[in-house]
Amino acid sequence: MKTPEPDGHGVVSGVTRRRFIAGSAAVGIAATGIEGILAARRAPAFAQGTRLNILRWVDFIPACDVELKRQAVDASKALGAEVVFEFINANDLQARITAAIQSASGPDVIMMLHNWAHLYQNSLVDVTDLGEWQGKDQGAYYSQAEAAAKDGKRWLALPHGIVGLQFAYRKSWFDEVGQTSWPKTLDELRQVGMKLKKKGKPIGQTLGHTFGDAPAWSYPLVWGFGGAEVDKTGKKVVLNSKETIESVKFMQAYWKDACDEGGFAWDDTSNNRAFLSGEIAATLNGASIYIAAKRGQDKIKDDKGEAMVKDILHGPIPNGPAGTWGYHVAFAHAVMKYGKNPKLAKDFLKWLHGKEQFGKWFQVAEGFSVGSTKYWEQHPLWNTIDEPMKGYRQAAAASRMIGYAGPPSARATEVYSKYILTDMYAKACQGTKAEDAVTWAAGELGKTYG
Amino acid sequence: MKKSIAGGSGGAAGIATTLPRAGASSPGRMTRWLESERLLATLLLAPALLLLGLFIAYPFVMGVWLSLSNTSVGNIGEFVWFRNFVKAWNDSIFRTAFGNTFFYTFWATIFKLALGMWLALLLNRSFRGKRVVRAAMLLPFIVPTVLSTFAWRWMFDPTFSVLNWLLYQTGFITTKLPFLSDGTYGMWCAIVVNTWRGMPFFAITLLAGLQTISPDLQEAASLDGANGWHRFWHVTWPLLKPVTVVVVVFSIIQTFSDFQLIYVLTGGGPANATHLLATYAYQIGIATGLLGEGAAISLFMLPVLFIVVWLQLRYLRRLEGA
Repeated sequence: MKTPEPDGHGVVSGVTRRRFIAGSAAVGIAATGIEGILAARRAPAFAQGTRLNILRWVDFIPACDVELKRQAVDASKALGAEVVFEFINANDLQARITAAIQSASGPDVIMMLHNWAHLYQNSLVDVTDLGEWQGKDQGAYYSQAEAAAKDGKRWLALPHGIVGLQFAYRKSWFDEVGQTSWPKTLDELRQVGMKLKKKGKPIGQTLGHTFGDAPAWSYPLVWGFGGAEVDKTGKKVVLNSKETIESVKFMQAYWKDACDEGGFAWDDTSNNRAFLSGEIAATLNGASIYIAAKRGQDKIKDDKGEAMVKDILHGPIPNGPAGTWGYHVAFAHAVMKYGKNPKLAKDFLKWLHGKEQFGKWFQVAEGFSVGSTKYWEQHPLWNTIDEPMKGYRQAAAASRMIGYAGPPSARATEVYSKYILTDMYAKACQGTKAEDAVTWAAGELGKTYG
Repeated sequence: MKKSIAGGSGGAAGIATTLPRAGASSPGRMTRWLESERLLATLLLAPALLLLGLFIAYPFVMGVWLSLSNTSVGNIGEFVWFRNFVKAWNDSIFRTAFGNTFFYTFWATIFKLALGMWLALLLNRSFRGKRVVRAAMLLPFIVPTVLSTFAWRWMFDPTFSVLNWLLYQTGFITTKLPFLSDGTYGMWCAIVVNTWRGMPFFAITLLAGLQTISPDLQEAASLDGANGWHRFWHVTWPLLKPVTVVVVVFSIIQTFSDFQLIYVLTGGGPANATHLLATYAYQIGIATGLLGEGAAISLFMLPVLFIVVWLQLRYLRRLEGA
């Protein structure tokens, strides 16, 4: 091999010193990845002057978004690129994703809720390397975190956290109607709800078109009675079954006897407001109600003038005839294919999802968002957290994924996005016969899966 | 031949200009281009044509193409003829949205016309503070729809509605009214908000029309013994008809394709009871990512609006001819 001869200005033929250094840096970075960048404590040359946009929902725990903004500053220094978070209403995320993909411009990284990654998979960068790294680094994934972001062997997005959903309820009000512990069955829940509604303190449940609280109730209700959307192959719609009809009949009675009927028009924030203002006795929700009551205990009081947080406990969805499963919402970050810096975006995700950064964010979330792997069940936070919050520690373990019993698919996301199961219950609660509501929903599923 | 043209009023004081002899020297190509009316017209029209092409023709053609394909988010579709239209027609939610759109447009337009006319007639009178009232009347029209609809949403909130509180406190109701949590109530709430927002447009346009009617005609009718109603029906209304028809056409187009108001107020719920074609097209096309199906749903609006516009313009032409 011929060795290039240096000229008088330190330039070898065809290679300037600057080009050589840049090339060496690129090779070094490629070889060492994010660890190398962090060890060097200097931004890589290729990232300087670039900007990385990340789109996420507005968190129900505002401090979580504050923490991410703080981390963005650190990430900017570590990666040498300007890292910018944008937070929007979760109900508007899907519209933004569609617009970004179709116009091939927009945020480099977008938060995916539920199993959205399957719907947008052709527009997402393969993050299998990161998915496998995180699994090894932080223990086994919860099944729904994996189902939400993985298609076969390919990771479509990198699981971030899971928002566990449990019933928040007012202990003293339950005691007053003779229910001293959380109901064990759905029928018990209806009975106690009936007593509470008579006292003007119903149970709050949304049946509106909203992203989290509505599916977190409607899907588990089908499962709790033994129903399913499709069979195991994911090709045959099996929703129209005796079990689903029974679940709808239960819902009709539960709605009439125990629920605040304003719930038809509620979004994910409505039940938080209703609970914190003392209008409802219980509601299925993330831990945000408890955390808000705790952080605002000087202002949020119960009817005796005491801090309301002392009167809030949590309980899981009670057993139906077939048992109980929750639907805990999985969150992941996807790198968009149209982005100009996919390598930088992946480096950023590895940085953000690493134990150090995620650990800080996890601490701020105070149990509202848990990790996507079991590793986080062992975090010291659980030793010091308030007793009512401890139920969230392993809540994510008892979850199924939408589109049950089939494999994860974009079709399941379509059904979710059209709110078909939620509307099935809403129609029935507005007077449609249970059988007709199920037939309608099964027909809609048939159009999607057919 | 040399011709002198005198400028100004007097030849002596004017500036004498000498025109070049025809064919004496051929003007430059640039000069010819600049003097060409056809070229000038093309140049002047070009920006407008470009804008129309870019922002109206292209999206429209694109929408038609999407509606005939099975394009979904991130996936280039294939041509599927009219399958999306057939699918939409067989979709029960689409049919609800289709019916809702007519119901919403019909009642909102009727209310806006009636109240707008009433307001215009009131504002056409002389009274103290007339200018302030006229300006204030425009507020619902000026405030961004999303903001004002949010305010209405709070007023109709299932739990914290100030209207429910007011009605309860004054003894009119004993239980909360389900403003947004019942389909029928929800639709009427949307019509109320649309009327509130759109009425000023009717009022101000009709007021402008009223002011073009000569007071002499009213006076003459009064002298002939016509009462208020007769003066309105036989003098004002016939002269106001052309303006009214134009306003109604605009309003029907805007109301039929309304999106923001329903999206913010009800999101199409409860259980799709208040979906309009635009909001349902958005849910299917943008939120669910089925762009082809969404485009087909929104294109269902086109023939309906085309017929409305054609009928009304035909009527207008007949009025002008009469």
